[in-house]
Amino acid sequence: MYSFDIERPTTLADALAALADDEAQALGGGQTLIPTLKQRLASPSKLVCLSGIEELKGISRDGDTLTIGGGTTHGTIARETAEGFPGLAGLASKIGDPAVRNRGTIGGSLANNDPSACYPAAAMACGATIVTNSREIAADDYFQGMFATALEEGEIITAVKFPVPESSAYIKFEQPASRFPLVGVFVAKYADRVGVGVTGASEEGVFRWTEAEAALGGNFAESALEGLSVSGDGMIGDLHGTGAYRAHLVGVMTRRAVAAAR
Amino acid sequence: MPKDHGIGASTKRREDVRFLTGAGNYTDDINVHGQAYVHFLRSDVAHGRITNIDTAAAAAMPGVVRIFTGADFEGVGGLPCGWQVTDKHGEVMKEPPHPVLAQGKVRHVGEPIAAVVADTLQQARDAADAIDLDIEELPAVVNMKAALEEGATKVHDDLSDNLCYDWGFVEENKGAVEEAIANAAHVTTLELVNNRLVANPMEPRVAVGDFNRATGDSTLYTTSQNPHVIRLLMGAFVLGIPEHKLRVVAPDVGGGFGTKIFHYAEEAFCTFAAKACNRAVKWTSTRSEAFMSDAHGRDHVTKIELALDADNNFTAVRTETYANMGAYLSTFAPSVPTWLHGTLMAGNYKTPNIYVNVKAVFTNTVPVDAYRGAGRPEATYQLERVIDKAARELGVDPVELRRQNFITEFPYATPVAVEYDTGDYHATMDKMLELIDRDGFAARRAESEKKGKLRGLGINCFIEACGIAPSNLVGQLGARAGLYESATVRVNATGGLVVMTGSHSHGQGHETAFPQVISEMIGIPEDQVEIVHGDTANTPMGMGTYGSRSIAVGGSAMVRAAEKIIAKTKKIAAHLLEAAEADIELKDGQFSVAGTDKSVAWGDVCLAAYVPHNYPLEDIEPGLEETAFYDPSNFTYPAGAYACEVEVDPETGVTTIEKFVSADDFGNVVNPMIVEGQVHGGIAQGIGQALLENCVYDENGQLLSASYMDYAMPRADDLPEMAAYTVDHSCQTPCTHNPLGVKGCGEAGAIGSPPTVINAILDALNSGGHKVDHIDMPASPSRVWAAINNAS
Ligand SMILES: Cc1cc2nc3c(=O)[nH]c(=O)nc-3n(C[C@H](O)[C@H](O)[C@H](O)COP(=O)(O)OP(=O)(O)OC[C@H]3O[C@@H](n4cnc5c(N)ncnc54)[C@H](O)[C@@H]3O)c2cc1C
Repeated sequence: MYSFDIERPTTLADALAALADDEAQALGGGQTLIPTLKQRLASPSKLVCLSGIEELKGISRDGDTLTIGGGTTHGTIARETAEGFPGLAGLASKIGDPAVRNRGTIGGSLANNDPSACYPAAAMACGATIVTNSREIAADDYFQGMFATALEEGEIITAVKFPVPESSAYIKFEQPASRFPLVGVFVAKYADRVGVGVTGASEEGVFRWTEAEAALGGNFAESALEGLSVSGDGMIGDLHGTGAYRAHLVGVMTRRAVAAAR
Repeated sequence: MPKDHGIGASTKRREDVRFLTGAGNYTDDINVHGQAYVHFLRSDVAHGRITNIDTAAAAAMPGVVRIFTGADFEGVGGLPCGWQVTDKHGEVMKEPPHPVLAQGKVRHVGEPIAAVVADTLQQARDAADAIDLDIEELPAVVNMKAALEEGATKVHDDLSDNLCYDWGFVEENKGAVEEAIANAAHVTTLELVNNRLVANPMEPRVAVGDFNRATGDSTLYTTSQNPHVIRLLMGAFVLGIPEHKLRVVAPDVGGGFGTKIFHYAEEAFCTFAAKACNRAVKWTSTRSEAFMSDAHGRDHVTKIELALDADNNFTAVRTETYANMGAYLSTFAPSVPTWLHGTLMAGNYKTPNIYVNVKAVFTNTVPVDAYRGAGRPEATYQLERVIDKAARELGVDPVELRRQNFITEFPYATPVAVEYDTGDYHATMDKMLELIDRDGFAARRAESEKKGKLRGLGINCFIEACGIAPSNLVGQLGARAGLYESATVRVNATGGLVVMTGSHSHGQGHETAFPQVISEMIGIPEDQVEIVHGDTANTPMGMGTYGSRSIAVGGSAMVRAAEKIIAKTKKIAAHLLEAAEADIELKDGQFSVAGTDKSVAWGDVCLAAYVPHNYPLEDIEPGLEETAFYDPSNFTYPAGAYACEVEVDPETGVTTIEKFVSADDFGNVVNPMIVEGQVHGGIAQGIGQALLENCVYDENGQLLSASYMDYAMPRADDLPEMAAYTVDHSCQTPCTHNPLGVKGCGEAGAIGSPPTVINAILDALNSGGHKVDHIDMPASPSRVWAAINNAS
């Protein structure tokens, strides 16, 4: 770690002011950023800690829209969406370990957009809206490849709006070492459509498996997926599995997610 | 009723109180007043020439005490290798120098190039960033076979090639083996990889060097399994400090698994720098540093052939192994693929002809050395895999094929130089088959198949040579050390006693088990006995803990010392009781005269030794303190039969372990609970190797599995529920040559389990219409899936 200053604002306005400084960086739960700093892979001169800002936290429901504050932890999401949105609760409950879940936030995860992060799959499948201090961004426009997003410098994710599906499930096939998803599939069923978000697999980052969405939109059953597959081209290949293996798992995890959806 | 104390009792581990309540005293807990901190600048390339290293700017940074580079170590010795192997042509192995800090060239990622000593660790790291370093990168050699090709880049420019040695064992048997293979009714051939591992003890390595200007004494606090060995190697070969001016302390150590046997550059550096800076110097490894500087384990590539006659009797075994040494020879590296591996190739079988060839190879990777089991897991894995393959090829029962080839008469001299003293392989096989309920397997497989899963049952038999080792024998084999063990028993005036042992405990439970032996011998409560270990200042010269040797060798030394104490106390008791020494009996802490009601308590006799008012001073000295050094006459040969049932999901390739049983013969057992814990831990590590762990380099010598993000350690939920394990040690054929009849249990689990798991997976992958011939460790989901799909 290099030395840095830290600011602990309690309002969004103060946070944004602090982030106006070029060398400043937002600190959410620190579950990605702190390990990066410890390895001296980043050297912001100032961290702006978001965890003291109450207006970034909490979950509320308005009709069929669930709004989750950008500073809400995985642990809170796992507990508080268990009834209304079990697919998302299941996703949050399997991130890391309790320490990670009690610190890490949905805003931090979406801002980081690790190609193996879990939430992006849910955001894509549900057609979520990423709300920042200055605008609202549709999930389809927000994710722009590995670790790349539509966020501008100093822009803060204040909330994420999820249209709550009739039923949903997230199935994560864990990479044996990190236990991040080697492939994770989020399936969300709405009255008029089905969303399938896939994380971990593609070199382009999270994506929607549109063929599966179309097939499931007509018939939300495992059998609808018969004969469908994604290509191994453009899939991540590494010491934990080839692109072909990941492509195969996309099919298997999607089927399992359909079977598990509730 | 199970015993509640003494040999055979499951006494709870007294050391766990401090370990589990955060009261342990680990090396990193030790801070010397005014200490400075060192940060090592390590190579980020696998192979290169250092063309420029300028520390001037860095040295001027805040807090920097001094910066050291290879130039500061030019006149200092290199890290020595403790074992010299002689190759099949009678020539000694190549032994390149192993500098403390790189001299001119770097040869693996992680090799220390410079060391910054500063007031704080942060300052040391900052200054290290400011060192001006240029390295001309050279092509790296990573693959062992490529490293041996004509014209391959050389790891060491001064050597003729990358071959450390080409060992043939037993060279005289080679012709007979070739003939047996030529005449065999069937030969099964298998090529496999014993995957490279990183030991990953929970506590990373730490070293604190201290120097006393007034006395000229050096002290090193270090995470070691054998502080005396470090004192000898570092004092005599690296720094030239005589042992009476050098103290090495290995306090509580949080796991070693072999990787803390060796003498490392960082230890020598801290000791050297403390004197040079006149200030204590501390180094605490980060986990990232551990991945690239702790000696790795295994990394063998082997071809094995098993020849059978028409009746399925084994007639010959021939192997050819490439063993990775890494860039330098770590302390015991050359011995692992040779004497700890070749000598075990008979396994539990009476194969008459065996020939083992091992080519040890230098590569641009971290040095490889002993890891739990060291050589013996590699031997067992290949042998037990090829036997299973032969059974599949011949369509015979793998249990029966093993049974018909078992050694049944003891002592048994193998064709690979060792003599098994005792054993009963049918007994452990019977026990294992009973525990795994082999008869019920077909029904369980059918249940799994209903769920779309494949189920397999794998078995494995193994033997290990433990209790390392007879000094005169290992000396002939190239060891540059003796392998005895020592103990001093110091009885206090009021009867309590302290055992100072050369065996080091780093989680094994010596502090509990050793007192059980003393309690049994004397009849005093276990809590009257304290175990002291880990400090060269207050323990006799000991060789330390590895090779499942503590109870067999260290325990025997303690028994011998206690026997001397008992002999002396009997003399004192005879004097106090006015009886003949021959009539004195010691039982339950009381000396009595046979056939009378006269007795005197242990404590009173001890008091008499220190308050010798009424005492036979003309015959014996006062005081009660005895030392013994014990050198075994043979290895011990624990053996066992393991079985495992797995379920494989053919859709994803995920393997789950449904059941695991072990039937071990450890000879006599001092503390069954501790023994079972050792076996559980060993099995967990073996399952880790079989399913999860893999240390991988890319072709440029970059370590791909350099953190827990990519190196998969087994976690509790990777292993079956405790209820799915049965760990049995009821088959006991006591060792015939040590006083306790013990064989050692520390490595068995790690030796016995990898082939068991893989044999189970292959059994599953040869059911349900699948036919998979081979899979390498770790049998990760992606590999299992690929194996299923490539085969069909
Ligand atoms: C052991 C372990 C296991 C894990 N397993 C998983 C897993 O299985 N699946 C998974 O998805 N994740 C996993 N994670 C990552 C975890 O979910 C992180 O919490 C998350 O990726 C980052 O969230 P954070 O709040 O901790 O962000 P931080 O680490 O604080 O920040 C990450 C980045 O986001 C920026 N940032 C933070 N908050 C905001 C905001 N509100 N607006 C804009 N930018 C912001 C920061 O500046 C930084 O660039 C794991 C982490 C660990 C340590």
